[in-house]
Amino acid sequence: MNLSLKSSVKNGLAVMALAVAIPACVTINIYFPAAAAEKAADKLIDDIWQLKNSEKANPAEPASVNPAK
Amino acid sequence: MKKILFGILMIAGFLSSQLALAAADLELNTPAISALKSGMQQRHSQLAGFYASGAIGLTRDGLIAVKEANAVALKDRQSLNSLVASENNDRNALYKEIAVANGHAEWEAEIRSTFAQRWVQKAQSGWWYQDANGWAKR
Repeated sequence: MNLSLKSSVKNGLAVMALAVAIPACVTINIYFPAAAAEKAADKLIDDIWQLKNSEKANPAEPASVNPAK
Repeated sequence: MKKILFGILMIAGFLSSQLALAAADLELNTPAISALKSGMQQRHSQLAGFYASGAIGLTRDGLIAVKEANAVALKDRQSLNSLVASENNDRNALYKEIAVANGHAEWEAEIRSTFAQRWVQKAQSGWWYQDANGWAKR
């Protein structure tokens, strides 16, 4: 009696957990990643309009500093 | 009881990994996107002067349009029109390609409106853009 009560509580909890988890997955997957899209847009626009030319030139500097260490 | 706790932890872990995936960067490194990007980069050197003179401006739907054809010599208007048409073809293709490259073709409209806002934000001062009230100057 006690055992079957325990297992039915277990089953109930498992069902509840799934009931919460499954719709959550669906919701997250169709959610539009606004922040990531904005970042992607900024990156492409910087490239197309060549707005970050000075920053692009910089990564070459650390490379020339490293061998001296 | 331990099993249930473990199960809940597993589910929480799974959910947070999904969240992390959703928050990750969008995929931009595809041949199609790179080709569109370099084409638009080259075209921009021809378009830059037209943005500055107000001949063209940024539209609300993430494209460009001829705003003031009179700012351009009559003989150059046809080539300006075809530049604008090519740019808009590439922009439309770019929004679609980003959506497809990320496995969500249905994101195209939201990607377009994100770009529409960012083009305007990054536009140089003096360039024109459309808002709800019509043309405005950066």
